[in-house]
Amino acid sequence: MENEKAFFDKLEQKGVSRRDFMKYCTFLTATMGLSSSFVPKVAEVFAAPKQRPPVIWMHFGECTGCSEAFLRSQYPYVDDLVLELLSVEYHETIMAAAGEQAEEQLHEAIKKHEGKFICVVEGAVATKFDGAYGKVGGKTFLQLAKEVCPKAAAVIAIGACANFGGIQAAAPNPGGYVGVGEAIGIKTVNIAGCPPNPINFVGTVVNYLLLGKLPALDSLGRPLFAYGKTIHDQCQRRSHFENNEFVLEFGSKEAEMGYCLYKMGCKGPDTYNNCPTAKFNDGTSWPVQAGHPCLGCSEPAFWDKMTPFYEPT
Amino acid sequence: MGNKIMIDPITRIEGHLRIEVEVEGGKVKDAWSSGQMFRGIELILQGRDPRDAHHFVQRSCGVCTYTHALSSVRAVEDAVKVTIPKNARIIRNLLHGAQFQHDHLVHFYHLHALDWVDIVSALKADPAKTAALSDNLSNASVGGAVYFKGVQQRLQTFVDSGQLGPFANAYWGHPEYKLPPEANLMAAAHYIEALKLQARTARLHAIFGGKNPHPQSLVVGGVTCVKDLSPDRIAEFLYLWKESQDFINNVYIPDLLAVASFYKDWGAIGGTTNFLAWGDFPTTEKEPDSLFMPRGVILKRDLAGVAMSQQEKVTEHVKHAWYEDGKAKHPFEGETKPKHGDYLTGGKYSWFKAPRYDGASCEVGPLARVLVAYAKGHAGVKALVDGTLKKLDIPVTALFSTLGRTAARGLETVAIGNAMEGWIGELIENVKNGDTKTYQSWTMPDKGMGYGLNDVPRGALGHWIQIENKKIQNYQYVVPSTWNFGPKCEKGIRGPVEEALIGTPIADPKRPIEVLRTVHSFDPCIACGVHIIDPDSNQVYKIRVT
Repeated sequence: MENEKAFFDKLEQKGVSRRDFMKYCTFLTATMGLSSSFVPKVAEVFAAPKQRPPVIWMHFGECTGCSEAFLRSQYPYVDDLVLELLSVEYHETIMAAAGEQAEEQLHEAIKKHEGKFICVVEGAVATKFDGAYGKVGGKTFLQLAKEVCPKAAAVIAIGACANFGGIQAAAPNPGGYVGVGEAIGIKTVNIAGCPPNPINFVGTVVNYLLLGKLPALDSLGRPLFAYGKTIHDQCQRRSHFENNEFVLEFGSKEAEMGYCLYKMGCKGPDTYNNCPTAKFNDGTSWPVQAGHPCLGCSEPAFWDKMTPFYEPT
Repeated sequence: MGNKIMIDPITRIEGHLRIEVEVEGGKVKDAWSSGQMFRGIELILQGRDPRDAHHFVQRSCGVCTYTHALSSVRAVEDAVKVTIPKNARIIRNLLHGAQFQHDHLVHFYHLHALDWVDIVSALKADPAKTAALSDNLSNASVGGAVYFKGVQQRLQTFVDSGQLGPFANAYWGHPEYKLPPEANLMAAAHYIEALKLQARTARLHAIFGGKNPHPQSLVVGGVTCVKDLSPDRIAEFLYLWKESQDFINNVYIPDLLAVASFYKDWGAIGGTTNFLAWGDFPTTEKEPDSLFMPRGVILKRDLAGVAMSQQEKVTEHVKHAWYEDGKAKHPFEGETKPKHGDYLTGGKYSWFKAPRYDGASCEVGPLARVLVAYAKGHAGVKALVDGTLKKLDIPVTALFSTLGRTAARGLETVAIGNAMEGWIGELIENVKNGDTKTYQSWTMPDKGMGYGLNDVPRGALGHWIQIENKKIQNYQYVVPSTWNFGPKCEKGIRGPVEEALIGTPIADPKRPIEVLRTVHSFDPCIACGVHIIDPDSNQVYKIRVT
């Protein structure tokens, strides 16, 4: 395929060998829970998108940590995602346009791609006082969510805030924040975590491009390929749990030996996520590997249900 | 004391800030900065376990990730009276240094550069001439006509696709863009290089923090990553640190100087008057004496009069903020009752309170830190500043400006990044000598009060905590963007950004790129609503800063 050759030439120019790329696709395919026969198809998605699918990315009540996580994507790096794979029509953190021109861009994109764009929502929606606690350009988050989300082909809620309300929804939830699905009564794909691993977001998007549909979800809207098993069941320290070998104080001999963090408050047994296998930042590490208990950040209301963090449940 | 609710300023700014300026005779005559979001994390913290606080406050901002967690554990450690071990101090400094490398690089290329660099003009550049320009200016490891042609081709393909994505509908072609096409192409190429590099720089956090954003290895009493004090992990850190610092020295700084040389007039626009730094990077247990970036305050631009800054002198004013009126108070005593109302520039117009230092409105951030270090004779910083002024052939007074602020950000990245090498060496020595202590045990008192002061990429950050019955009784933080973007105080004195915008020339009120330059130079990294009122036509133009 001519496109494919051009694609690999370009990768080589960037110092990424065909082998590295295929290795990444294999990893991504495995993360997505697809059989290895899908590997070439995954590669094809990256090699030759016919028309880059339009993405509109909305920011509500959040910290932009999920956008930052997206920027940390490696293989494909974010410049490939933005320049070659997706067409990011609106994203306040990275877009060059400002003000009137930015608003115009949003409206044009919605009009042009109605029913076809992927809407990514980052952040929770304030519902108290008619949503007065959060506004963009004079419109409340609630108004904006109602205006944009129903016109999308699919709504991907990225991160704890957009999924389930997140930190600002923790008791006593002063602004009346809720997840976007609850705020406007729609079903969303929930890429859970605070922030989520970007590979779970990319995996979901690739699934959509590859199969023309969203991946299978659990009852909380989370893709099963990433959120189908507990942290505890995949943890490298699991054998220490079985052997009753626990850390009882940070910095102790037991901590140095990498014993189980359950008694330090680890929420791994109650948390569904693929952190131990996917790891973060190009597989560099994950919290338990760095000696810290899991906070349970991919579960609803974890700021209330999983705290105090340093006490076992 | 009543319940204290404070807006979550960084996140609110991060999300949504409104700036309004009034233009007369082609210049800004008055300005209002308004925070547009309320999350209420301080209220959420009340009654919780003080050990958990740092996880909550870290979610104030994902761009300034790590920084709030650091300030929070310091505040709790102050309240429970525990001193962390040497290795914990070094690892915290290394994580913080990595945050500077990452954050300032991303700010320059991805949040600020497009105010100065016209991407569309890059399509007209001659790749061979661009290569020559690049060779002449920098030691970038990538370059050459073939490379720049490739970048240009990539941009051209992107433009030809008709799907302009994040580059659509910007101010391209605005007459205020001064760079020749070749410089624009060079900067565009480095924009893409930096986009890749930052993902690698962020791995520095993952090594000792488990992940980025929102690393997870700090605890009250030290750090948890004791297993990562291994030769392979430290070597991995050293390698990635070097890759990042090489880019900073060989690409970021030369690009900064190249861009600055075309915009020297911005050395007289966008300045403020007073500068506050808490300082950071303790190199021993002694604070503030051992801080690598020193603590201090400069009033009325008087560098010779630099003095030690004291947290006791901080107060917050609410006259122009959406809270019930009350006296200006210190964070330990503050009482905050939200009262959302209409946006009235003569009255209340922001979710921000207005912090003041001894009554003065102070700029915080890279420029404040660099000025304090320079005024105190910090050898590394002084050499960098003097060298840069000489290269650009501009006077010291040009530092009090938008250009000075943007330059200071780059220069401190060099200073802090270079210092990290010594800290890595110190860590290696400790481990070599068998010292792997990363945590000091402690006991939660029934009652306690404490504060943690930092200087984080965007400026002076302070967290104040009160513990009662082993729970959080009161928690408050005064963050860089509250200092910089706060409204007027009870005396009617403008906040720093409001002050900096006065006198800014506006060539075209419909495309006020000049306002964006100064607002972005403070590194708000936010989406904000900027309103410009032109009294002649009485027309309101809505500009969202992205």
